[in-house]
Amino acid sequence: MKALRRTLLWIVLGAAGLAATGCASITPVRPWEKGILAKPEMTFEGDTLDLMFTEHILASREGAAGGTGAGGGGCGCY
Amino acid sequence: MLQRILLGALASLISASALAIEAGQMAPDIELPGRGGVIKLSELKGKAVYLDFWASWCGPCKQSFPWMNEMQAKYGAKGLQVLAVNLDQKPEDAAGFLQQTRADFLVAMDPAGQSAQKYKVKGMPSSLLIGRDGKVTLVHTGFNAASKVELERAIVAALEAGK
Repeated sequence: MKALRRTLLWIVLGAAGLAATGCASITPVRPWEKGILAKPEMTFEGDTLDLMFTEHILASREGAAGGTGAGGGGCGCY
Repeated sequence: MLQRILLGALASLISASALAIEAGQMAPDIELPGRGGVIKLSELKGKAVYLDFWASWCGPCKQSFPWMNEMQAKYGAKGLQVLAVNLDQKPEDAAGFLQQTRADFLVAMDPAGQSAQKYKVKGMPSSLLIGRDGKVTLVHTGFNAASKVELERAIVAALEAGK
């Protein structure tokens, strides 16, 4: 009985540890490693003009910019 | 035992965050292969160094090249050295870029990104201005028309400061 409780405690502790650290152990893609992500085929839209139009709408109507590509728009924010 | 486990978990959480390079700090040394031999940042001491991190796939980086040529031509004689560190993971991408784009300044190659890690590059392109004394005077991310004005002002100030 005591052994069982101890094993249970370890399992709970392990699960809590995993939940607390989450994805912290995974290193995110660094800014200079986005060469493949920056390729045109990695964008949501296939057409450059269409993409520019969509981005313009988002920027002017929502004040939202970025997040559409990894190649950067000059602000250094994405 | 439990205490030790908890402490270990806490330590691993704290070490995940890293501090960025800021103005006023000494610039960490870089030693990388360049187009004409090894380039060592510490050997450029006495000059103001405009250190730029770029990659072939980064749009604003490409836009910054004519401007960097201009700065090198305009302030080179006064003691400015532009050093552009390429961070392409495939060296042939960088070579292709340099065939199309003129670069009349020092270009170093760092496919492993060690220098970017050292300088904790936050975005592409990233640039730092290093004074004649080896101290960082400005950290800048991105490149657009507004950057040109801000960066040139900082370059002039850095050249004046160490006279």
